[in-house]
Amino acid sequence: MIPPIAKVLARHLIKGPHTAKDNIPASDRALRELAESLGITAQVKLGRSLAIRAIDAGSCNGCELEIHAANHPVYDLERFGIKFVASPRHADVLLVTGPVSWNMAEALRRTVEATPEPRWVVAMGDCAIDGGCFAGSYAVAGGAAAIVPVDMTIPGCPPTPTDILSGLLALLEAVEG
Amino acid sequence: MMGNVTLLEFLSMGREVANHRPWPRYQLDSKGWHALAEQMSVSNWEILAEWGEPAEIHVLLRGEDSGAIAVASHPCPDGAFYSLGQFRPSAIRLERAIRDLWGLIPEGLEDQRPWLDHGHWGITHPLGRPRQYDGGRHVYKFLTAEGDGLHQIPVGPVHAGVIEPGHFRFHCQGETVVRLEERLGYVHKGIAGLMSGKPINDAARIAARVSGDATVAYSIAFARAVEAALGLEIPARAHWLRALLAELERVANHLFDIGAICNDAAFAIMLAHMGALREKLLACNARLFGHRLLMDCVIPGGVAINVDESAKAQLLTLVASLRKGFKRGVALYDQTPSLLDRTTGTGIVHSTLAHRFGASGFVGRASSRAVDARKLPGYPPYDDLDFTIPVLADGDVHARVAIRVEEVRSSLNLIEQILARLPDGATSAPLPMRAGEGVALVESFRGEVALWVRLSEAGKVVRAHPHDPSWFQWPLLEAAIEGNIVADFPLCNKSFNCSYSGHDL
Repeated sequence: MIPPIAKVLARHLIKGPHTAKDNIPASDRALRELAESLGITAQVKLGRSLAIRAIDAGSCNGCELEIHAANHPVYDLERFGIKFVASPRHADVLLVTGPVSWNMAEALRRTVEATPEPRWVVAMGDCAIDGGCFAGSYAVAGGAAAIVPVDMTIPGCPPTPTDILSGLLALLEAVEG
Repeated sequence: MMGNVTLLEFLSMGREVANHRPWPRYQLDSKGWHALAEQMSVSNWEILAEWGEPAEIHVLLRGEDSGAIAVASHPCPDGAFYSLGQFRPSAIRLERAIRDLWGLIPEGLEDQRPWLDHGHWGITHPLGRPRQYDGGRHVYKFLTAEGDGLHQIPVGPVHAGVIEPGHFRFHCQGETVVRLEERLGYVHKGIAGLMSGKPINDAARIAARVSGDATVAYSIAFARAVEAALGLEIPARAHWLRALLAELERVANHLFDIGAICNDAAFAIMLAHMGALREKLLACNARLFGHRLLMDCVIPGGVAINVDESAKAQLLTLVASLRKGFKRGVALYDQTPSLLDRTTGTGIVHSTLAHRFGASGFVGRASSRAVDARKLPGYPPYDDLDFTIPVLADGDVHARVAIRVEEVRSSLNLIEQILARLPDGATSAPLPMRAGEGVALVESFRGEVALWVRLSEAGKVVRAHPHDPSWFQWPLLEAAIEGNIVADFPLCNKSFNCSYSGHDL
């Protein structure tokens, strides 16, 4: 019997990956171009690929779902040299999601401090920008900027993978190379 | 001690509160509340949620055999109540949270450590009688494990991945976990406080963001609680469209979970495969309903979306293509022995524990607890739909995967049934201005979401309390990991996939 994994692998060899179909809709094509130029910009500006550390400072986990989606094979950020890393010590960009809950404020501060310079803090999602619908609570400090200096924001509730890509590209373009 | 008394018989000794729908609410005096607490050790009534007010404690109960649901309340003007958690362990963390938020002291509860309050808010008892707090952050005393060669591994709150924050304290003997203790509350946002005083539609937006992955379920729960409080009947089409959205959400989450569990067993191809399927669904959501995660599509009074013939056709194509791809993925899972070796027998939750903690969702159903809010108490349109609840007894990671697999299949069938029989008519009804109290129980992909709300005559939310199924699943994770190796923790944790945000509130 042919094991199913062989079938799956053979299928991908013959049909190609999910990301590289010829009949992709225009929006996906635009996305690919976006991601490619993001990868190139990272190379030009940083001289290497871009490492991102995501940090949830109080999000409802909607933003996390979209970050995961950006890493799935359809968007597959990593093929452009944009990768999510496990430690802030390896990161160029800190992607902060959620309103900053007071219980996470200290952890966020320390995570930013643990990231070597040059580093950029990106507030992702409406909550990270100004607290969103959680602003004004006794348990919420506000947006990410209430606790750490923020270089850029990506609006949306939650931002789509395309929004995340264009946001990161805008950041890199603004960086002095 | 009373004999075999049903929940409603028992509660009827209290005073029934008017305008609480669809299930009654009874106020118990001190003697009645004591008797209720003692019933907790002999009856099989389930605690579905427990929450407070500045001077009152509420508990949502289900008489397991009869399926009857009711709220029992107990005024506690002196700021203390007789703990239910001392008899029913599922309520321990709930009561610790009640003490943190409302300042009501659970008398008789052994564990009096704070739970959600980490000493950072600047006040204590924010939802009760707030007091200025100028002290430092709390020093949390973890439970200990002692013995030769034991060591501790602290993990979190910031984890090495795109995960929500929480702290895990492992006590290990070599590779084996002797004790895991969770410390949560890092993403506490004060949601109950934020919803108080808000107009219904603003509160609905917050309810939709209690736990982003279960946004549809929370929106339905809030909407149903509001509609119950107002005594409002919504059009049949709205019920059916809500179920359509809820099943789409269930499929999307289960697909991701199955992929992510296998990924944590280092079988990354499954995550890629399931991720591609999930993306098809999310792209379809965005195209048809304007939001990938379906946030704010369900509103109090009905739904904010509609489907036409072209949308139906697109959804049917989606279902067919998901079914095909899913079959391939499941075959891959079923016939990869090295993967099954990781999931089978790992992280076992015994059915007695699942019952004691009243765990719902795939955690409960994988440990022989056949509970599903869509069946009991049931709500429209599920009473008109044909589906079965999968139940397994093994209680390991594999069983939790297998339950999800069955539920994906069943949800895809449900979507087809809904599309075939979708009634015509309006999609929402205007909300009347009326005071009242309502409660709803809705099955999210993760388990039963309970939501209680009190409305004022001015059309505002006086108080609301959302309850996430994770409250009763998190403690079982501690039991599941015991005796397993540290390296299997991500696998066990992902197979539970508890919500941090929903739990921390």
